[in-house]
Amino acid sequence: MPLSWILLILAVIGTIAFLMARSRAIATVDGDARRLHSLPIYYGLNGALMALTPALGLLAIWLLVQPILLDRSILADLPAGAVPDGGTAALVMSDVRRVADGIDSGISSGSFTRDELRDLSVEDVGGLLASEGTALGSALTGEVLTAATSYWQARSSLSWIMTIAVIGLALIGGAWAVSRSRGEFRARNVVERGVLILMIAAASIAILTTLGIVLSLLFETANFFRQYSWTEFFFSTTWSPSFSGRGGASQLGILPLLWGTLYISTIALIVAVPIGLFAAIYLSEYAGKKFRSVAKPLIEILAGIPTIVYGLFALITVGPFLRDAFASPLGLGNSASSVMTAGLVMGIMLIPFVSSLSDDIINAVPQAMRDGSLGLGATKSETIRQVIVPAALPGIVGAVLLAASRAIGETMIVVLGAGAAARLDLNPFEAMTTVTVKIVSQLTGDTDFASPETLVAFALGLTLFVITLGLNVLALFIVRKYREQYE
Amino acid sequence: MYDMRLTERVLDTETDKPKITAKGVQVYYGDTHAIKDVNVDIADKTVTAFIGPSGCGKSTFLRCLNRMNDTISIARVEGDIRIDGEDIYDKRVDPVQLRAKVGMVFQKPNPFPKSIYDNVAYGPRIHGLSRNKSDLDEIVENALRRAALWDEAKDRLSQPGTGLSGGQQQRLCIARAVATAPEILLMDEPCSALDPIATAQVEELIDELRQSYSVVIVTHSMQQAARVSQKTAFFHLGHLVEYGETGKIFTSPEDPRTESYISGRIG
Ligand SMILES: Nc1ncnc2c1ncn2[C@@H]1O[C@H](COP(=O)(O)OP(=O)(O)OP(=O)(O)O)[C@@H](O)[C@H]1O
Ligand SMILES: [Mg+2]
Repeated sequence: MPLSWILLILAVIGTIAFLMARSRAIATVDGDARRLHSLPIYYGLNGALMALTPALGLLAIWLLVQPILLDRSILADLPAGAVPDGGTAALVMSDVRRVADGIDSGISSGSFTRDELRDLSVEDVGGLLASEGTALGSALTGEVLTAATSYWQARSSLSWIMTIAVIGLALIGGAWAVSRSRGEFRARNVVERGVLILMIAAASIAILTTLGIVLSLLFETANFFRQYSWTEFFFSTTWSPSFSGRGGASQLGILPLLWGTLYISTIALIVAVPIGLFAAIYLSEYAGKKFRSVAKPLIEILAGIPTIVYGLFALITVGPFLRDAFASPLGLGNSASSVMTAGLVMGIMLIPFVSSLSDDIINAVPQAMRDGSLGLGATKSETIRQVIVPAALPGIVGAVLLAASRAIGETMIVVLGAGAAARLDLNPFEAMTTVTVKIVSQLTGDTDFASPETLVAFALGLTLFVITLGLNVLALFIVRKYREQYE
Repeated sequence: MYDMRLTERVLDTETDKPKITAKGVQVYYGDTHAIKDVNVDIADKTVTAFIGPSGCGKSTFLRCLNRMNDTISIARVEGDIRIDGEDIYDKRVDPVQLRAKVGMVFQKPNPFPKSIYDNVAYGPRIHGLSRNKSDLDEIVENALRRAALWDEAKDRLSQPGTGLSGGQQQRLCIARAVATAPEILLMDEPCSALDPIATAQVEELIDELRQSYSVVIVTHSMQQAARVSQKTAFFHLGHLVEYGETGKIFTSPEDPRTESYISGRIG
């Protein structure tokens, strides 16, 4: 049964449980709702929660676990000769899955029936599937077809079992809740706890996802360091991956990339932080209401421009301009892509992040603070420097940090503005590149996920992650140390 | 240097000319008419008390005297207010300088999120009242002593002022205003959160300040007004109903509204 049907049935069961639990509760007190422990709606909600939560939970877990277990058992049954030379079991499995999907759609569209399928030859099935639009990695073999058929059979019977289990659980839960729905039952407290559990579940999903990402990064990075020396990776000043994939002559030193990242981000922050902060102070402390209501959204529009547009701007306008106006006359090279170009354009992109957040934070400083300072005969700018900015400091640091993370993670502007050449150089008018750009270029194109040239992307990603994490910790420390809290 | 200024002021000969004169003052908050045609002369080296029911405009009028209403965008002040004969709403007057001269203690304590020391040293630092660190230390200690906070604060000068209790914060704000050495001190209910002992100390301070400053105090305590002030102004619904010698206001008020307020029938 398709998932949408299951969900629809669950919704119906939930509604019925809601109505029945509510009316039963009212019936047990002879229709006098004041004698209920809780408002009638809580009895209803309890019914719906009991019917839906366990069923939906089971559904989610089943959908997550079933493919993993199924893959594993089919793979175990696959004869040794089914995996061709140079291929991997994963590739074969994806063919199996595609054929199974093809069978599924073929049967549901009526092109063939189950019985016909059994009698057809491998070539015929291949032809049928192809005409249905199933594309395979390699020509259909007998082993794959057998595996696909059993895969498909197992999948459809499991799907029925799942449907029955989920709906059964919903019915049981709903019935249990209805049976408990009496006047003295503390439905309100139970619903309260149910809501709490839902929230904990939401929070754990966020935490678990992060954990999963970090773990997979760690795992792949460990793989990488098994094939490539970590001293080379961290201390070599050359980045030159070989393109053959297994050339063995790759030099994968992170230093030039890190240097590019830090250089470009620093320039971007040098542009964005002062401009953004001053803009925020002007908007919140000096500008009139009318001007503010126009200017603030205008600045925020900057944040909505896709970075690729900034990238074009860097490539077509800023890069050539910087080259003709500064780099060539000063004899600093004649490359249109440069650290300066990417840094400036990225800085412009970051202005709204700094200004918009800082503006909100400065506005949140109570008027009483300003009054206190002005009442002592301080000027507006003294008040801002000595009272408002210190009070808003934690938030401002947060805004700057957000901008820094954006700068470190930015890719598009770097590719178009600074190029893709890894280089360790002080000259800001030279082309350089960053960690993120190289992650992209190592993962695009014809890649083999076991070679160090590809796995290095995970090591690069993990390094970036550690750096941003370090920045966060540093900011937290700064805020703790210098925070001036107002009440 | 600080003490010198004080003695200079003490030596100033008392004049009969009023320190502050207000004529035909009207204040509007948008469409709300909060102060209606108030005329008052406030003498130098006296304590003037503003009394009246809540919401009658005491704070509003007080804030006119150092142009703090400028910071409220919807507030509009009309009329003529002069300090030492100079129109403070004149275009040439710098409100920043005015506020250095006319200090204010706000109704709600609003210490800065800084250390106790830095709170008190804020005004002196801005106005360059101290030559060196020990000078500043002295100003801070002096101000805290006068605001009856020194004994409680002397061991925690580097801790945040916001960590003090409500009453301590109120005294910190008094110390902060006193440290700036203004000529006129406006105090909006400075004792609202204080216990009787601290109140007595603050009243002592007010009495002492009177030697050199002009003090205006808003209070809801009739006894306090009677104890500390020489002149009393009674506000009601934005009007200045009655203004005169404190003794007279409290013993034989002319206006029936004053009388019923003092005897506890209004407000
Ligand atoms: N910022 C403001 N915006 C709009 N109206 C205000 C503002 N401040 C005061 N008002 C109004 O002006 C009137 C006078 O207020 P004010 O604060 O001067 O009263 P008050 O006499 O100090 O009262 P209290 O004794 O309660 O402090 C009130 O009606 C109040 O609602
Ligand atoms: Mg008031």
